Amino acid sequence: MIEAHDSVIIRTLGRLVIPIAQLFGIYVLVFGQYGPGGGFVGGVILAASMILAVLIFGRDGPDSWLATKVLHGDGLGLLIFAGVGGLCLIGGGQFLNYTHLQIPGLDDPSRHYVGILLTQIGVAADVAVTGVSIAISLSAEDEDLSDD
Amino acid sequence: MILELPLLAFMVMTAAGAVLVKDLISSVFILGTYSFTLALVWALLGAVDVAFVEAVVGAGLATVFFLLTLFVTSEEDTRIRRSSIPWTALIGLPIVAILLLYGAADLPSFGDPLSPASTHVSPVYLEGSVEQTRTPNVVTAILMDYRALDTLIETIVIFTAGIACALILRRASP
Repeated sequence: MIEAHDSVIIRTLGRLVIPIAQLFGIYVLVFGQYGPGGGFVGGVILAASMILAVLIFGRDGPDSWLATKVLHGDGLGLLIFAGVGGLCLIGGGQFLNYTHLQIPGLDDPSRHYVGILLTQIGVAADVAVTGVSIAISLSAEDEDLSDD
Repeated sequence: MILELPLLAFMVMTAAGAVLVKDLISSVFILGTYSFTLALVWALLGAVDVAFVEAVVGAGLATVFFLLTLFVTSEEDTRIRRSSIPWTALIGLPIVAILLLYGAADLPSFGDPLSPASTHVSPVYLEGSVEQTRTPNVVTAILMDYRALDTLIETIVIFTAGIACALILRRASP
């Protein structure tokens, strides 16, 4: 169990850095179709910001609520990704062929664009949750270490 | 390019240092330096997406994971006894190196437009990605559209890694 850090400097800097890191992660995720980046990198940056919150404010601290809440979403990103593929199947095409996403009012390239964006959000959610989950699993030492 | 040789030398130095250093925390940080240098090399070669992933994952997240692992295990390098170098390695590794260099002479040169990698399907992706997907970054278009099933399987791999870590490392909460 990670305890809260007791240095004022680190806590203040954490309050400053963590929102910027999360904003940058979302930027990289959304901007991945125009520049370097994408779902994987954006998810890793989001995971790093939440791990930083856990390391600074402790696992049960009030300021790291996002990291503990986000653990309940394990597998949600995979569901989004595979769900987009399933929507393509429902639309009458092949799995993950975004042309068959049934979105009214969009031509084929725009459907591909929306499909890429949705699957990137899925990858980012999966990677972010997995990163936080692995970090919390690795730090899950508790008081009964002597019994093994 | 003038930056490639110093970066390559620095990579070799950091890779050797990460293996040779006694303190495991120093080894983790040297490994992070190695990853960041590797990211710089990839950025020099023009692979910006790969460089971004390497910098974020290799130098950032993997370092944090290694440090967390060290904090719950031991920071001392107690198990590894450094014995003398076996003679098979002294003979075999130079032979392998010579064979690899011999094979590398037949590889196409960097950026060769006639190499098999850039004549098979790459032109289709490069010419069609903007019209077909409205995505200027062709790497994202390939990963998320043309090769979406591969990316789905990779996502499943990451998900499985997280589940396996949770199953092995976490204990039942009291």
